[in-house]
Amino acid sequence: MSYHSPEKIQKSAVENLNEVKKKEVLKPKDRMAIPAQEMPNQDPVQRAKNLEEVSIGYSAEQAQLEAMRCLQCKKAKCINDCPVGIDIPGFIKEIADGNFQEAINIIKNTSLLPAICGRVCPQETQCQMACTVGIGLKDIEKAVAIGRLERFVADWERATGNVRIPQVKAATGKKIAVVGSGPAGLVVAADVRREGHDVTIFEAFHKLGGVMRYGIPEFRLPNDIVDEEIETLKKMGVKVETNFVVGRTRKLVDLINKDGYDAVFVGTGAGLPMFMGIPGENLVGVFSANEYLTRANLMRAFDKDHADTPIYASKKVAVLGGGNVAMDAARMALRLGAEKVSVVYRRTEKEMPARNEEIEHAKEEGIEFNFLQNPKRIIGTDDGRVKAMECLRYQLGEPDASGRRRPIVIEGSEFIMDVDTVLVSIGNGSNPLISQTTPALGVNKWGNIVVNDEQKSSVNKIYAGGDIVLGAATVILAMGEGRRAAAAINKQLSDELKA
Amino acid sequence: MNKVIYKEQLSEDVFLMRLEAPLIAEEREAGQFIMLQIDEDFGERIPLTIADADEKEGSITIIFQIVGKSTKELAKFKVGDFIPTLVGPLGKPTHIENFGTVVCIGGGIGVAPLHPIAQALKKAGNHVITIIGARNKDLIILEKEMDAIADELIICTDDGSYGRKALVTEPLKEICERDPKPNMAIAIGPPVMMKFCSETTKPYKVFTQVSLNTIMVDGTGMCGGCRVNVGDEVKFVCVDGPEFDGHKVDFDNMITRLGSYKKIEHDKSECNLEKEAAKKEAEL
Ligand SMILES: Cc1cc2nc3c(=O)[nH]c(=O)nc-3n(C[C@H](O)[C@H](O)[C@H](O)COP(=O)(O)OP(=O)(O)OC[C@H]3O[C@@H](n4cnc5c(N)ncnc54)[C@H](O)[C@@H]3O)c2cc1C
Ligand code: SF4
Ligand code: FES
Repeated sequence: MSYHSPEKIQKSAVENLNEVKKKEVLKPKDRMAIPAQEMPNQDPVQRAKNLEEVSIGYSAEQAQLEAMRCLQCKKAKCINDCPVGIDIPGFIKEIADGNFQEAINIIKNTSLLPAICGRVCPQETQCQMACTVGIGLKDIEKAVAIGRLERFVADWERATGNVRIPQVKAATGKKIAVVGSGPAGLVVAADVRREGHDVTIFEAFHKLGGVMRYGIPEFRLPNDIVDEEIETLKKMGVKVETNFVVGRTRKLVDLINKDGYDAVFVGTGAGLPMFMGIPGENLVGVFSANEYLTRANLMRAFDKDHADTPIYASKKVAVLGGGNVAMDAARMALRLGAEKVSVVYRRTEKEMPARNEEIEHAKEEGIEFNFLQNPKRIIGTDDGRVKAMECLRYQLGEPDASGRRRPIVIEGSEFIMDVDTVLVSIGNGSNPLISQTTPALGVNKWGNIVVNDEQKSSVNKIYAGGDIVLGAATVILAMGEGRRAAAAINKQLSDELKA
Repeated sequence: MNKVIYKEQLSEDVFLMRLEAPLIAEEREAGQFIMLQIDEDFGERIPLTIADADEKEGSITIIFQIVGKSTKELAKFKVGDFIPTLVGPLGKPTHIENFGTVVCIGGGIGVAPLHPIAQALKKAGNHVITIIGARNKDLIILEKEMDAIADELIICTDDGSYGRKALVTEPLKEICERDPKPNMAIAIGPPVMMKFCSETTKPYKVFTQVSLNTIMVDGTGMCGGCRVNVGDEVKFVCVDGPEFDGHKVDFDNMITRLGSYKKIEHDKSECNLEKEAAKKEAEL
């Protein structure tokens, strides 16, 4: 897909909308004929040098046009495939009719962080994959752009300056602790607070938001948006304790036994970045993507004139891995001034777990993709810094347990790649802090907390959800687990109040 | 936000501060550390060992040396000022039991983290031999406190301005040669000092524990920036440590990694100097 300027996109949207409006009734055929609205983006050459958001967002005309593409299916499959079951045709109809406030109200009945989900959810494997329009047109890219519409109304509401603060019921005297302020924790805080319970979020970092703050970069999810969601929670009366590492500052069970919390939700996320286990991985210039992105985002190292936290000055960067995290790290390296950034991935583009959109954006920005390659060792200079990487070539064999074709090394295919920085992004283990210090808490062999279908852990009154349960997953799945946990916590508390 | 409630300059660039931190004071154990930032938005997170804590007062003590921008700024905080970000206690506590005879070796500022450990070891019934070393007399810290704990106290300075003119490894070797040899050694100080202490005790098979001070970002196991090679394994200092078997630690790699940003920090200060110079010139 070639790049189109926002002006050009807007111009044709206005023309198309006028055309469509001439029709009294829109038949499904007419709807299917409306061109799928492209997301207007910053120019790739420019955006590779700044941190501003890549996607600009739909205009009102584009949003209405896109909304008109929805067929309002009776059995809307999109809803089933939305992890939190948003009334998708319902909110889309309101957009088509120009009732943006009503549209956002509908979304907020089920989803708490629409501005965030609209930006980072993998809709192409969820609601949009199931969309009748996409299936009818035999092109998933042409499914109704549910995520972009969600983002549009969320941004529209923010721009009006009066975001609705959810109602909070009268105080119940019950208090709960939420550990971790990622999407799972934030959702639990909101849902439990609404019922009138006292909620305190405990966060290890000095800033809230979890991965949305320290991992996902500004150019994909601006900090302002995360800040705004947190402000809303604070306005609802949710209390916040930053710089508080549960397990260390206070033991998990002590929150209940000593501090009198009636229930605790653990949403501490993934942790412990994995490394390849190849020679040279501890050379200076090899970083986990987590470290690199945390330095750049949370610690603001991109702002070289102000930040005390340094970030490695790189010219030639290799990024190992093929997920969203790898894409973010690669694109961040480019924005921090690297001359050449190459993603090195063992399989092919088809098997990459990253979202299509991220891959496309990365390509547009000039990131190079080296498929069917993997490093064998990292080579250092005499003073211990990365100077090159020895790689092997691969070919695809039979499908493995994950259903993806297994990469097989081609013997004797070694070659040298010149790099000064290697960013390792091959996944995360689980954060060990809580389980290390809470022996009674049941975890599986990967260290993920084991929960039942109500998100209850093996310890009474302790619930868990998000990446600490699922392993590295997604924002929306974390939110979904948060909702379930909140419902169970609310039930526990109301039972206690009745007793 | 944690209030500075006491401040003392121990030597030219070494400071002691007591900070209000009731929860940390209550939970902390010997061997653990905190991380702090001097600015919530732009400050870096620096790890500092908890040198002491007073549960009644609800305070912890940190002792630090000016080595870079953050510690330089930290030294400017006055009693009554607030540290914007302070988190802890982090790391695994030191494993304390009655081992028998333990040699505690503290180099320079490393005496600060060594002190609570020596204290706990003594309390557990160990015979504690303490070696304190520094470049010169002025840089010796906590002598009185260590003297109060130790069954035997040896002081060394590089220049002979106080105590024995020797590196700490010299008395350490003599102690290892005693019969019976000590049951264990704990060395805390600059990486090179810990490396040589470990090399000194190795032939005598005296288990030597070291406390590593690598670069850290989060301090909670999330980034891997603090990783070190220990034997055949890669360990994260902030969650697996900070204490490890000194005979297994790859000190050379650790020292190289500590220098990851040396050039950058240097460039930055130079460029600040240049900026200052340019400003002055413009003013004239
Ligand atoms: C770079 C990157 C890009 C991503 N891109 C996408 C994407 O495009 N779309 C998508 O859907 N998902 C994406 N993900 C995944 C997604 O961000 C996570 O699945 C999601 O954030 C998990 O939410 P969570 O609430 O479980 O935990 P997290 O967001 O990980 O938050 C956990 C929080 O708990 C805190 N914490 C940890 N331990 C403790 C403790 N002991 N005491 C107190 N606090 C503690 C942490 O500091 C953190 O703030 C991405 C992840 C990364 C790293
Ligand atoms: S499946 Fe597609 S067309 Fe049908 S209701 Fe959902 S978004 Fe609209
Ligand atoms: S400091 Fe980040 S993992 Fe240890």
